[in-house]
Amino acid sequence: MGGLTYTMLDAMKMSTAEYYGKTLCELGAEHPDIVGLSADLAKSTKIGLFGEAFPERFFNVGIAEQNMVGMAAGLAKAGLTPYLSTFAVFASMRALDQVHTDICYQNLNAKIIATHAGLSFGQAGSTHHCTEDIAIMRAMANMTVIVPADGIETANAVRAAYEKKGPVYIRINRGFDQVLYDRPDYGFRLGKAVTLHEGTDLTVIACGACSWRALEAARALEKTDGLKVRVLNMHTIKPIDEAAIEAAIMDTRRVITVEDHNVIGGLGSAVAEVAAGLGKSLTFKRLGIPDCFSIIGLHEDLMAHYGIDENGIMAAVRELMGRDFEADENWDDEV
Amino acid sequence: MPLTREEKLRLEQKAHELRKLCLETVVWAGSGHIGGALSAMDIMTILYHKYMRLDPKRPELPDRDRFVCSKGHIGVGYAPVLAELGYFDPELLKEYNHTGSPLGMHLDSTKVKGVEASTGSLGHGLAVGLGMALGARVKGESWRTFVLLGDGECDEGAVWESAMAAAHFKATNLVVIVDRNKCMIDGPTEEVMGLEPLADKWRAFGFEPLAVDGHDFDALAGAIDAALAAKDRPVAIIADTVKGQGIDFIAGDYRWHYGSFDADKKAKALESLERYGQARIAKARGE
Repeated sequence: MGGLTYTMLDAMKMSTAEYYGKTLCELGAEHPDIVGLSADLAKSTKIGLFGEAFPERFFNVGIAEQNMVGMAAGLAKAGLTPYLSTFAVFASMRALDQVHTDICYQNLNAKIIATHAGLSFGQAGSTHHCTEDIAIMRAMANMTVIVPADGIETANAVRAAYEKKGPVYIRINRGFDQVLYDRPDYGFRLGKAVTLHEGTDLTVIACGACSWRALEAARALEKTDGLKVRVLNMHTIKPIDEAAIEAAIMDTRRVITVEDHNVIGGLGSAVAEVAAGLGKSLTFKRLGIPDCFSIIGLHEDLMAHYGIDENGIMAAVRELMGRDFEADENWDDEV
Repeated sequence: MPLTREEKLRLEQKAHELRKLCLETVVWAGSGHIGGALSAMDIMTILYHKYMRLDPKRPELPDRDRFVCSKGHIGVGYAPVLAELGYFDPELLKEYNHTGSPLGMHLDSTKVKGVEASTGSLGHGLAVGLGMALGARVKGESWRTFVLLGDGECDEGAVWESAMAAAHFKATNLVVIVDRNKCMIDGPTEEVMGLEPLADKWRAFGFEPLAVDGHDFDALAGAIDAALAAKDRPVAIIADTVKGQGIDFIAGDYRWHYGSFDADKKAKALESLERYGQARIAKARGE
């Protein structure tokens, strides 16, 4: 992870997108093949920092996301490595046909860094919330999907995306994230979950803004309830870390997923698919946006409203700890 | 440079062969987008056999010219052009559309050598071509990018996003050719969704529009020469064409956007193509 020299102090001062913009500038200096594109959101998404550093390698296409994604495909075809940025809601829906056909179908080396994801642009309302993109991007063949938990993980993800040939979708939040990592060398590896907290009673699998909250919930539950909750930061949704999910099921038998996304199709669904395929007994709960268009408000408030904050996670853990379920050894009656 | 008589004769002969191979391919495939393939055949012929710098033996040559067939449904016309040049074995055309064949209705760049971009969803190709053109600029390379658009395709808003951007970025290493055959699946373009004044639209978006007869090699050559010499504004060649050109009983008929030929129809179509092609060749010979 050469070049990553961020400190705790940076983490307090820099928004998640600023980490992205700065990291892309560092990468741009190392790799002349990197080009940038934005659709009149260069400032908001911070890809504008790259544009200022490398104006000859940056294209602001105006408010025209479809053209931006198609152009990125053409630039990738020309042997360049495009990074493009707009809000997640536009990257995943407005220009999806282009993402599908121009980039994924041809397995092109283009990186989509989508900002203002989940409910992080809470006050903008559902036109700017994006609680469908993980489901959408996960269904695109060839696509890698990463949901970093904070600024430092975003920096790691943006670098990992360069090393990973092929299409990559990185979903980050608007504004500041709670600081989960105070240094970059915590062992980020694409497709490998990070264990934030060890535990044997239950596993919470989280991504994005929910990872820090899951860790806080686990710490609190240890103190108040004496519960040992394992917390996995599942930063890569595709390809998902099946081994970590299997270990969680075998070790704890109780699994909760938590994400700033519709409960349909995202992290929870990805984990459920793995769990169902394993055929191992478990009790399971998905936390997320309950298949609705969100109310308006501040991100933190909305996370509390939908139960994907510390309190919501703690309540779900307690509920699941009290739930009875059939363990492996009781399966004799099935014969 | 105007075409020499020899060049023109060679192009006429090549286009004649390719029109017939296109018909054969539709028959092998069971059915196909014959109308739009034939309207574009002279355009593809002059690009591939006069203008584009390419080496079919080295399809990945870095400084090759690029062709993006944005009207991706005319694979039955585009694949014969590539096969005849040697990008792949022409025998493969006999398995067109068959299960497991690399050749489907819309050509896939990951499966078919020489295809620069997988297209099929309309309104994508100009953006991809513009990316290629700007990629050449970023890399300091001299390749040119040619994008073939359908006229009905110009209903797509994304085409105009890309047109605006191509003019804004002064992408004069990009040449747009609109196959103006005036037909789309559901009817004549002007009845389904009016495009006129189409040249004015391109002009308003910052292009230099050049309206020419899309079945006249001299006219096409003049327009492509002008496009390649453009300095300030990219050129959009609006090629006036006939859907199904060369087959008398389908020419100009929007219902032949897509179709199939039984043995009788195929024989009649081939006869018609022969008459049409030979007349053009005779004219080129000055007979």
